[in-house]
Amino acid sequence: MSDAPDTYSAKDEVGQVLTRRSRRERAWIELKKAPLTAWFGMIVIAVYVLVAVFAPLIAPYGEAEVFPQPYAPWSGEFLLGTDQIGRDIFSRLIYGARNTIGIAIMTTFLAFLVGGGLGLAAAISRGWVDQIISRAVDVLMAIPSLIFALMLLSIFGSSVWSLVVIIALLDSTRVFRLTRAVAMNVVVMEYVEAARLRGEGLGWIMRREILPNIMPPLVAEFGLRFCFVFLTIAALSFLGVGIQPPTADWGSMVRENASLIQFAQYDLKAGITPLLPAGAIALLTVAVNFVVDWFLIKTSGLRDEH
Amino acid sequence: MSTDTLLEMKNIVIDGFSDEAWHPIIKGVDLTLKRGEVLGLIGESGAGKSTLGLASMGFARPGCRLTSGEIVFDGVDLMKASEAEKQALRGTRIAYVAQSAAAAFNPAHRLISQTIEASMRNGDRSEAEAIDDAKALYAAMRLPDPENIGFRYPHQVSGGQLQRAMTAMAMSSRPDLIIFDEPTTALDVTTQVSVLAAMKDAVERFDTAAIYITHDLAVVAQMADRIKVLRYGEEVEEAETAEMLAHPKEAYTKSLWAVRSIEKKGETSDDHILEIDGVTAAYGTVPVLHNVSMSVPRGKTVAVVGESGSGKSTTARVVTGLLPPMLGEVRFNGEVLPADLKARSKDQLQRIQMIYQMADTAMNPRHRVADIIGRPLEFYRGMKGRERDAEVIRLLELIELDESFADRLPGELSGGQKQRICIARALAADPELIICDEVTSALDQVVQEGILKLLMRLQEKLGVSYIFITHDIATVQAIADEVVVMLQGKVVEQGVKESIFEPPFPAYTELLLASVPTMEPGWLEQANARQARLDAGGDT
Repeated sequence: MSDAPDTYSAKDEVGQVLTRRSRRERAWIELKKAPLTAWFGMIVIAVYVLVAVFAPLIAPYGEAEVFPQPYAPWSGEFLLGTDQIGRDIFSRLIYGARNTIGIAIMTTFLAFLVGGGLGLAAAISRGWVDQIISRAVDVLMAIPSLIFALMLLSIFGSSVWSLVVIIALLDSTRVFRLTRAVAMNVVVMEYVEAARLRGEGLGWIMRREILPNIMPPLVAEFGLRFCFVFLTIAALSFLGVGIQPPTADWGSMVRENASLIQFAQYDLKAGITPLLPAGAIALLTVAVNFVVDWFLIKTSGLRDEH
Repeated sequence: MSTDTLLEMKNIVIDGFSDEAWHPIIKGVDLTLKRGEVLGLIGESGAGKSTLGLASMGFARPGCRLTSGEIVFDGVDLMKASEAEKQALRGTRIAYVAQSAAAAFNPAHRLISQTIEASMRNGDRSEAEAIDDAKALYAAMRLPDPENIGFRYPHQVSGGQLQRAMTAMAMSSRPDLIIFDEPTTALDVTTQVSVLAAMKDAVERFDTAAIYITHDLAVVAQMADRIKVLRYGEEVEEAETAEMLAHPKEAYTKSLWAVRSIEKKGETSDDHILEIDGVTAAYGTVPVLHNVSMSVPRGKTVAVVGESGSGKSTTARVVTGLLPPMLGEVRFNGEVLPADLKARSKDQLQRIQMIYQMADTAMNPRHRVADIIGRPLEFYRGMKGRERDAEVIRLLELIELDESFADRLPGELSGGQKQRICIARALAADPELIICDEVTSALDQVVQEGILKLLMRLQEKLGVSYIFITHDIATVQAIADEVVVMLQGKVVEQGVKESIFEPPFPAYTELLLASVPTMEPGWLEQANARQARLDAGGDT
């Protein structure tokens, strides 16, 4: 009873609120507790981003600089050899980070803008708006996306922009599904009803009332979606309709040098060469997934390690 | 009542884990229970009632730990007993009845198979015997059609019936001790009476000891032989029920009575701010309101009472425009309001504000208090920057908080403080009418009193009118000017408080009034007899 005031006061009901830590302090505390896998993921992503940003400074040669000797072996001059028309593979790997990651991020953002926006609108409006968007999305999702993308790319041509728009459109269907599902849970909350009673417009309800409350699953999805977009681009490039030469891109680099694999029995290094861009894709995908996993565990409260 | 001790708990300390450290929740409480005795544990939420109740089973919730103390149940030391030994006791010798029966029953199994599950586990009864016994228990709990009701699924019976089925489940293995954790809090007053009576009856019949946890003193007065008051994990006082009711020693115990002591004379006026005229409304094709008419005098409080499902909240939804009615109209200041929210002008929206029951879900958890209160200021009154901040602080002071709250998130407030912020948000719009939907139902007695006093003071100061939706008659008696009684989507009667609460009553109003627990011992038996007379059809 000692610490209980005898007279009632609304202010004292929750007496001491612990001093609020700044966002940076809280982030730092979380980081310190992050598991090794998450640290690994974050470091790998940071390295990729640095490489992508500073590509012209790091790369020894230009992106499309052609040297007289095709299929040169690994050497001091060409660190990882040259490709079928004599371009330095090491330099192209570095430029490839820039193109592939840049386009993947752009595409993912666009997919979230379209899918997330429509998902929120559908969840809030419900009724016929929801029906029309949802059924349209169902139709899009019913078509195998890679084949659909191939078809659209052959109609509109494989420019970088049509690539971005088409993949974003196809991936936005998944984002739409997720956003709509999580937003549905928030839309029924009374604070959303209160905002509606106040007369707030759709934009305010979407941005200020709902979005902050569904951020965690969306951020996690962003990471995963980025990986898928990345893989789709690589796959399309491998098939020859993705990023067009001479722009360096990991997917097309695998394809262009794929035949080198059969020479592995004579020169191991030559055999490994086409696997390097594939390895770069795999490493980034794994790293992003490590970070997403950690983030999901943090925000959902799931702790399967205990 | 025999005299030997069934449960003895000494100097119990229980820690809870929060903010990366263990903090004591229960700070050295003693508890003894004799065979066949009912002990009432009372206190506001967070007092540690449930934690202590669960500890008597040797159980600590996840995130809690039994740190020290002694728990001896019928000669078994539960602190030292292995998990398997405790497991064997639970459900057979000690049973637990939770607050929300709806959440405690598995929706995929029939009631009866869940009722007999625990008693079948030790295997000394055949299934047929157990089923017969369960039917007898259903009859003892006065469930309608005891022969067949067990073969329904949980969603096919009402909340009150489910709560009684849960008590039958606890009884089925004839335990020595039952822990009732707020078993009637979620029920309507009229249902509560019959559930309480059935529980008391069963406990007496089988000479079972019980710990009855509640925050409602009147309920515990009817159920318990002894009462223990808890606060902040410590014992405030303990006494025999009659003694405790007549002569509470501590100031805190006295304050638990407080909300029932607010008195106000009902006044009315002919100047009506809101008139609801012949409104019929439905959700889809399910009719909810039938020709509902009521009026709200300017600057007064109209309390709308009735059980859940009587259409109180639906009426509020019609007034706010969330549910356009099929027939009838709503007039505000003499002019007809557009039926649909979207057709209303900003000005019309501003004049009617709403406060919700659950302040938790009524505020966006990601918005700070300053934004929650500031948004209506910006939106309706065009305030910005410093002017807005000053007004936010003025409103915070109006609701008896201060500017240090402006920067907090809803998660950093107590239940009462949250509700105050919701009040401030409604006031920020400078409304003429505020609809309060069960605003105090989720709060503790002391906090309720504070909120009710605040609302009354604000009415005096600002002249705002209230529609006060509640099922709690004590609250109505405290603050209403006029009362509207609703039943099954119809208005039973409307009038000045005094005339409603005086005879002659329509039958339903009488039942409603008679169902409010009072502190008088013996009230439960009377009320139950009265209800049986009035309402022969059961509680569905």
